Amino acid sequence: MNNKHIYSPVEEPHLDETTATAPDELVRRHLQPGRTLLAVLHAIQDDVGFVPSATVVPLAKAMNLSRAEVHGVITYYHHFRSDPPAAVTVQLCRAESCRSMGSEALARHIESHTGCHFTQHRHDDAHASAGGGALALESVYCLGQCAQSPSMTINGTLHVKMTPQKFDTLLAAAMAVATHTEEAA
Amino acid sequence: MTRIYVPRDSSALALGADAIAAAIASEAAQRGVAIELIRNGSRGLLYLEPLIEVETADGKRIGYANVEPQEIGALFDAGFAQGKPHARCVGVVDEIPYLKNQQRLTFARVGLTDPLSTDDYVAHGGLEGLRHALAMTPAAACDALIESGLRGRGGAAFPAGIKWRTVAQAHADQKYIVCNADEGDSGTFSDRMIMESDPYVLIEGMTIAGMSTGATVGYIYVRSEYPHSIAALEEAIRRARAAGWLGGDVLGSGRRFELFVAKGAGAYVCGEETALLDSLEGKRGIVRAKPPLPALSGLYGKPTVINNVITLATVPIIFAKGAAFYKDFGMGRSRGTLPFQIAGNVKQGGLVELAFGVTLRELMFDYGGGTASGRPARAVQVGGPLGTYLPESQWDIPMDYEAYAAVGAVVGHGGIVVHDDTSNLADLAQYAMEFCALESCGKCTPCRIGSTRGVEVIAKIRNGDTSEKQITLLRDLCDTMVSGSLCAMGGMTPYPVVSALNHFPEDFGLETTQPTTAAVA
Repeated sequence: MNNKHIYSPVEEPHLDETTATAPDELVRRHLQPGRTLLAVLHAIQDDVGFVPSATVVPLAKAMNLSRAEVHGVITYYHHFRSDPPAAVTVQLCRAESCRSMGSEALARHIESHTGCHFTQHRHDDAHASAGGGALALESVYCLGQCAQSPSMTINGTLHVKMTPQKFDTLLAAAMAVATHTEEAA
Repeated sequence: MTRIYVPRDSSALALGADAIAAAIASEAAQRGVAIELIRNGSRGLLYLEPLIEVETADGKRIGYANVEPQEIGALFDAGFAQGKPHARCVGVVDEIPYLKNQQRLTFARVGLTDPLSTDDYVAHGGLEGLRHALAMTPAAACDALIESGLRGRGGAAFPAGIKWRTVAQAHADQKYIVCNADEGDSGTFSDRMIMESDPYVLIEGMTIAGMSTGATVGYIYVRSEYPHSIAALEEAIRRARAAGWLGGDVLGSGRRFELFVAKGAGAYVCGEETALLDSLEGKRGIVRAKPPLPALSGLYGKPTVINNVITLATVPIIFAKGAAFYKDFGMGRSRGTLPFQIAGNVKQGGLVELAFGVTLRELMFDYGGGTASGRPARAVQVGGPLGTYLPESQWDIPMDYEAYAAVGAVVGHGGIVVHDDTSNLADLAQYAMEFCALESCGKCTPCRIGSTRGVEVIAKIRNGDTSEKQITLLRDLCDTMVSGSLCAMGGMTPYPVVSALNHFPEDFGLETTQPTTAAVA
């Protein structure tokens, strides 16, 4: 039983999903003095999981930048997505150290096991079409665990010394959690 | 009260350290065993993670390696809380040759302490360097750093003290200290380990830099792939500020130094210092033309010291023990130690800090224990994705900036990635070009276009067109990229490519007797 609403109804005005992701409201909430555009974009993505393209105009206006500058920054960096993330996102390291420990064979296993394909860039069309879907596979380049290659993250949780068997188990668990969360919501 | 250490470094977390810590706490409570659970940093013996340590009555720390959460009950049954034997026991951790034979200066505290405990930090010699620096004039402090011989550990190896002096002598209303923590090179993790396992040493080093140059504000630019580092730094900065180590009155000196963490967003090229500065300003991380040098016109056009994590984290020990102490390690013009990172296809991966002069063979076999696959090692890439592939004939060259440069190789950040005999160097060369095409900032043509052409030419050769014309084209392209690129991204991508072509021509479908006259390497 959550009594919070009874005592402090003004504390959480953004719980309604439509206002929470309304572009003007998002920008207003995360714009702070001293914050650079990059920092504001991080705050928005940390909040709602992606940077809605409708925030470009209000961001540009609020920060006295051109739309091109804002769009340019969002699409320059691999980290930012313009669409909601998939329920489960797998990031596999494809850099040298992980390659030396079989990351490419692992990538082939993951693709054939899931029927999905790896993308290199979150602004790729392939990723856009996966937006909001069940599973997204992303290539990343170094997670800093090179002594325990190959490494990956599943929904942000780091895993190392990865094997196909270990991956299958972890993925099944992550998908089960995601499905459960969806049903609960 | 038994002290039990469970690492909080992400290398251990990735193998279930949190679940292990929880299991230890609940088992101990159930059994009525009084324990103090400390979440320490990683010892750097990453092949042993998760490495649990138990402090015995005589103060020794007994290690239990590769522990899994479900084994905790059995460990308690065997009396591990008293340091008793078990199949997982590796004895006294300090006595393990891998650790015992190292020369840990920058990493002196790493793994021993609770990374966020200010008391632990001071008890293990923390702040001594800063106290000494506060008693020195900026000019004397810069001279001391020059005298120590410390060179930039991010890869470029520029003398750190010269950079500091340039900033100290510049006149400006605002100066900055920027820490480059955009550790994007595959095979490197020493920056990450410092940030997660001893963040105060970096904070202290940056504060010394501020005191020595007149900079009052510092930023640590951390890549977004390192969330654990960002969290550790933010908490450490908060505590350091509360302890009076940072802020308006650093250690009661009346001098000011503020420190902030900035998060990158997954662009490899932002590890290049000028691209990093643009990114820190919130823009696209595009490489700037030099001059002007960042030391004179850096962040927001102001004089800026920009150093790598390891460079700044090495500063405290130099100021604590003196320039002569540090300079005493190493060889030639490579003074001090380098935290080498043994990675890739290797049995015993981890962090090995040693004086310059050690050989690759010693690192790979005496420490690394050979390949993880058990197959013969074939090629070793040193210095990250922009470093050359070294064949066995080059494994006995001492690790020294100049000795490596003499054969066209780079020591770089000290990352070592071992590949066994199943590797295909033509595939890795093509990957190097693909990575450059993916990550190029696009400002200069040799890098932006050259990388894509490089992928195409290598693909053609691998598809069977091994004519002299294609090889010449590839070498010529590499030469253009080396000579014409604005920064190391395009300028060094040819290093792995040409070294692969020179030393492993058979992987490209060429005769092994191919003459090895090269543009580079």
